[in-house]
Amino acid sequence: MSEASDLEKLARREYQYGFVTDIEQEYIPKGLSADTVRLISAKKSEPVWLLEWRLKALARFEEMLAENRVPTWAQITYPSIDYQSMYYYAAPKQKPKLESLDEVDPELLRTYERLGIPLLEQKRLAGVAVDAVFDSVSVATTYKAELEKQGIAFCSFSEAVQRYPELVRKYLGSVVPYSDNFFAALNSAVFSDGSFAYVPKGVRCPMELSTYFRINAQETGQFERTLIVADEGASVSYLEGCTAPQRDENQLHAAVVELVALDDAEIKYSTVQNWYPGDAEGRGGIYNFVTKRGACRGRRSKISWTQVETGSAITWKYPSCILQGDDSVGAFYSVAMTNHRQQADTGTKMIHIGKNTRSTIVSKGISAGRGQQSYRGLVKIGPKAHGARNHSQCDSLLLGDQCGAHTFPYLEVKNPTAIVEHEATTSKIGEDQLFYCQQRGLSQEDAVSMIVNGFCKEVLRELPMEFAVEAQKLLGLSLEGSVG
Amino acid sequence: MSEVLLEIEGLEANAGGKPILRGIDLVLRAGEVHALMGPNGSGKSTLAGALAGRPGVEITAGKVRYRGEDLLALAPEARARRGIFLAFQYPVEIPGVSNNYFLKSALNAVRQHRGEEPLDAMEFLTLVREKAAVVEMPKELLGRSLNEGFSGGEKKRNEVLQMLLLEPTLAVLDETDSGLDIDALRIVARGVNALRSAERAMLVITHYQRLLDHIVPDRVHVLSEGRIVRSGGKELALELEKRGYGWLEKEPPPREAAAR
Repeated sequence: MSEASDLEKLARREYQYGFVTDIEQEYIPKGLSADTVRLISAKKSEPVWLLEWRLKALARFEEMLAENRVPTWAQITYPSIDYQSMYYYAAPKQKPKLESLDEVDPELLRTYERLGIPLLEQKRLAGVAVDAVFDSVSVATTYKAELEKQGIAFCSFSEAVQRYPELVRKYLGSVVPYSDNFFAALNSAVFSDGSFAYVPKGVRCPMELSTYFRINAQETGQFERTLIVADEGASVSYLEGCTAPQRDENQLHAAVVELVALDDAEIKYSTVQNWYPGDAEGRGGIYNFVTKRGACRGRRSKISWTQVETGSAITWKYPSCILQGDDSVGAFYSVAMTNHRQQADTGTKMIHIGKNTRSTIVSKGISAGRGQQSYRGLVKIGPKAHGARNHSQCDSLLLGDQCGAHTFPYLEVKNPTAIVEHEATTSKIGEDQLFYCQQRGLSQEDAVSMIVNGFCKEVLRELPMEFAVEAQKLLGLSLEGSVG
Repeated sequence: MSEVLLEIEGLEANAGGKPILRGIDLVLRAGEVHALMGPNGSGKSTLAGALAGRPGVEITAGKVRYRGEDLLALAPEARARRGIFLAFQYPVEIPGVSNNYFLKSALNAVRQHRGEEPLDAMEFLTLVREKAAVVEMPKELLGRSLNEGFSGGEKKRNEVLQMLLLEPTLAVLDETDSGLDIDALRIVARGVNALRSAERAMLVITHYQRLLDHIVPDRVHVLSEGRIVRSGGKELALELEKRGYGWLEKEPPPREAAAR
């Protein structure tokens, strides 16, 4: 039957971003040492304070490594990583300074075209300003000039170090200190690039800012660092997307993202994460060990994290909000999907410090195949957080009976006036739901995709429109071959 | 005589691992409405499930031909696209999927199979409003999640609305009247009657004669322990209403009234 063969075709369709770009790369020799860190810093002509900061981070990391303080509390398993066997810096070889897109290696532009990234000016209509990070360096930032007219800085992290050293120095590590955790220490020592955005007082950023991360080189870790600061009354919406080639070995991605929102500022941070997840048997794939944290420093400031996590062999991330300012608001909307042998331990931390702070957590987990996932979330209400409120909702959807879903909510409430609510559900896509859809003429794959998208609706509607569409497609694709 | 749409021959099937259907023979021609009655557990819903391809209904013997094609070899969605519609006794809820979106996806899947262009949002909206009016379906129910929080009557009306949109060739209504008050019953029957035509056939499964006052059948069959034990005209339903099912066992069927 034609329907049956369609199903097979769908199930066989593979990760479509798994190609490798043949481009000349420049590497720093494998291994991690003070020399590696100095080399990276020198490549970027960094000021002394930054090199010193990196070296302190390295010392901290080496200390933790020696004491074997690799975090083990997450519900994930993987062989221990040899930190001396990977490259810490890989960059497309090209002229050191790029004046315009015309100077970018055409092979690189073709890669981004295949990924569907709006690098070129023709995409101006889409209203998205893009910074693209290829392995370790940022290769192009579009619309920079237009943004600068409004005083908005949006550029690669390396460039920010040169052009806005005071801002970088003031805020770098102020939300996630280098000593914060094992992977944050590693990132702080060797981060090679990333994105930087600063929106000045009272300015509402007129377009979505977006960064596209791509791992291309083999045996290379990607360690990017993103810093976004919204000054008083400013607002910005930022989106990151990620892909990587298909390889049999695992690759490490340990990023750090720091957000700072001052009085009345608002930052909306959205992620569509589609790193290579490994094959059906669990070979290869990205280890996505990421620290993301936002500080609502100012009164009435607002930070929201929206994430759609469909890729990576292992995801370990907890985008968090520190609600310092009175009346500040934090939100976390998450869809995490694990298929085949993917593992995810993800969630958030909402730290209520200021008065009348509010937070919302909506987490939707979908497990298929032999996928395993855990929601892990901390809601902490400090003694001075009078009138703090939190509402958490964690729903899990299971497809098949070989996958697993776990929920680990942690509550620490030190103020009696706080109101904290937690709801959790686990459901299975029922045979009766599928049959109902099929009886109306929908294929089984379309039915699953429809049910899953319905399940995730509360989160998807938080994404900017065009990315919501992309995310919906991605959810459908990631589930291929998971039913029947 | 009109075209034979459905031909069931010696159909036996298990449900939940137990034999339920023990040899069903039934022929439906275009233009006909047949009623299927019988006590609880006699196999009515299993027969509906067997025709639609419900998982868990396992065919153990017999044949079903639909417009000359081997129906049992087709996946459920392939049967649906060829014009077989099952109005569910217990319609499922799908949270987060709007009724409109679901109806449009289903309609366009069926249209694609028929080689018709998909309807765009505006064309669909015009059509669905027109059909919703027939079953007095409030507009706000179209925007809500599919069947979520619908009352029993609203769910059944939604089934009939789907049927009106998809315009099936063979409609199987599985106790669409159960749990309906008399007004809802009238509305549902109006929807079903709106679809009666010389090209399509319907198999109406019901416990009660009262539905058949509104949807007048050409033939009535009584199912008992997985077999059709009596067939007749619409007067058979009236007799069942009066006398129950018990007498059927005592009185052997007249020869001419055997299932055909």
